Formats: sequence, C-alpha cells, structure tokens
Amino acid sequence: MKRPFEQVVAEHGPAVLRVCRAVLGPVHADDAWSETFLAAMTAYPDLPADANVAAWLVTITRRKAVDVIRRQARQPEPTGEPPERPATAGQPGGWERDLWEALRTLPRRQREAVVYHHVAGLPYAEVARLLGGTASAARKAASDGVQTLRQTYLHDEARKGQPR
Amino acid sequence: MNDITAPAADHVTTVLRAGPDVASDDLVRLHTRLATVAERRGVLDVAYRTFDSPVGDLLLAATDTGLVRVAFPNQDHDAVLARLADTVSPRILHAAARLDDVARELDEYFTGRRRAFDLRLDLRLAHGFRREVLEQLPTIGYGRTASYTSAAAAAGRPRAVRAAATACALNPLPVVLPCHRVVRADGSLGRYVGGEPAKQTLLDLEAGPV
Repeated sequence: MKRPFEQVVAEHGPAVLRVCRAVLGPVHADDAWSETFLAAMTAYPDLPADANVAAWLVTITRRKAVDVIRRQARQPEPTGEPPERPATAGQPGGWERDLWEALRTLPRRQREAVVYHHVAGLPYAEVARLLGGTASAARKAASDGVQTLRQTYLHDEARKGQPR
Repeated sequence: MNDITAPAADHVTTVLRAGPDVASDDLVRLHTRLATVAERRGVLDVAYRTFDSPVGDLLLAATDTGLVRVAFPNQDHDAVLARLADTVSPRILHAAARLDDVARELDEYFTGRRRAFDLRLDLRLAHGFRREVLEQLPTIGYGRTASYTSAAAAAGRPRAVRAAATACALNPLPVVLPCHRVVRADGSLGRYVGGEPAKQTLLDLEAGPV
C-alpha cells in the first residue's frame, strides 16, 4: 500500500529543494528539483513499499544535479560563473550566502557528504551508499568539509566585523 | 579563544541543517510546474482538487478517462485519496486543471443553472449490478425522486432492492450520479453518503426557490 505521491512531494519537497540549492545554487536548483520529482513520480509505482523514500529521492537528485552540471559545462555561460543571487541573503535564520559560497569551494566528495548528511539529514550509511566507500569514510569527508567551512566561512564572518 | 570559537563552530552545522531558506511560494510554484509537466508526460494518473459547495468541501478526482471520485467531507478526503492510491494508482497530485470542467458544471448546478451533467466519467470503482444501478441514476430527472425499488428495476432487477441501496451507499460519484434522488418508499429520505442533511439540501436546491 503506497501513499499518494502528493504526500511525498509535500513531505520531501522542501528538503530536496534545499539539497538542490546547496549543490547547484539558487539559479539551477529549480530545474534539478523539477526533474527529480518528475523522474520519481514516473518510477514511484515500482518503488518497493519498504524503501527509504528520502534516500531514494536524494539518489535521484544527485543524478539530476550531475546532469545539470554537465549541461552547464557543455554550454558555458558567457559571463563565466552563473549569477548567484540567493533570494534570502541577509534574512535572519535564512540561508547564509557566504556559507553557501564556501560550500561550493569544497572538493566534490566533501561537499556532497556535507550536503547529504547535514542538509538532507541522511545517516552516514546512506551517504556512503551514494558516494561509494564506507560509512566512516563518508563521516570523515563530511567532517573534513565542515572543518574547512568553519575556517573559511567563520573567517569571512569575522572579517566583516561587528555590524552583523 | 576556544570559548569563542566553540559555539561559533556549532553555528556551521546548525545553519547547514536549516539549509538554504526555502520559501513556501517557491514550493507552490514548483508543484504547479510538476503537475503541468507530469500531465504532459502522461504520468499524472489521478488529479484532484477540492470544491467549495453548499454541502461542504467536495473532493474531486479524475483519471485521464474522466471523473473517478467525488467525496463529501464526512468521508475523510485523506482516506479517500489513500484508497485511490491503492485501487487506481499512487501517482496522484493536487492538480486543478484536469478538473476545470467538473468544477464549472458543479458551480452551474449549485447555482441552479444546470440540471444535468455532461462530463466524462470513469466508473472503474463500481462493478457489476452496482454499476448498472449507478448508470441508470441520471434517468431520474432533476427535481424528482424515485424509490430504491424503482432504481433496482431500472437496472433490470426489480427485486434487488437491497443491492440497489448498497450501490447508492457506495456511489463513487455522488451529486454527479444523483443517488440523492433515490428515497425510501414511505417518502422519508433514507440514508446518504454525504449525510441526510446534505441529501435534503440537494433535493431542496432541485425543488427550486420556494
């Protein structure tokens, strides 16, 4: 017995969008989200009833994000980097632009481990299944990533000084 | 120094956990886009919406064949959707576009400007004799009533009165297939999927302004 797909979108839609934004930035996140849920909806009837839906969705999201990145690589934007304009920059409790930028500078494996564990909330065993390797290797990658973020992001924060 | 950096370090994972702020109107926009693309790609098996009616919020659900389910508030819309997921397909989205015609005709009906529905129906949730009973219901004209006996007779089995009553009680398309026009032989209303007050409201509506 499977729940209506509407409930899957309602429950996991926000988390998938956060993952898309963390991996791709706000500009390309919408495309990845749409492609993820369309693919998920298409395959949904065949998903085993006991499947971990969150992990299944992140698996699809990851594949779709890679597609989006490949498309970007094939058609480089004339201005270089896509414009980065988080809609919520500066909002209290919102996504902090500097952290998001710092995240993009991490090696891919670390970035993915950080996003899947800390943003998507997957346990390291699931993160390892996505990235390959062991759960402890995934934990190490995420830990290294967070370590770097603490240095770069907090350093930037400190440099900006008091007004915040 | 450590006293300062320790709480600040936690800040990183806290902010990561909160994630990029996701506004609810972003999700509404993405949901609408998903419904549109899913419809176009043929993977939207069941579309639904609710309709604000004088007998409460009606759940309307349609396959690509036609209207498959109408449900009253007392039938618990979530439970109805769960059963649709089980019996029709779990590829269900809230998507109003496919139900535009249904909503328009219901609006005309509830404002007294429509006496019969002209909609594509999907009767896959009704089988056998029950389905035959339901298919005959529109022959009971607007504003009229018939007995359960005559509903059974119209479907070809005049003695299957109880089965005809069951067919009405399990009507997957109430209002549109007018089981509210079937009443007891003694003239009392009899039971109704949407509750007796709803049955009375529909019959009063069809009786016209007093």
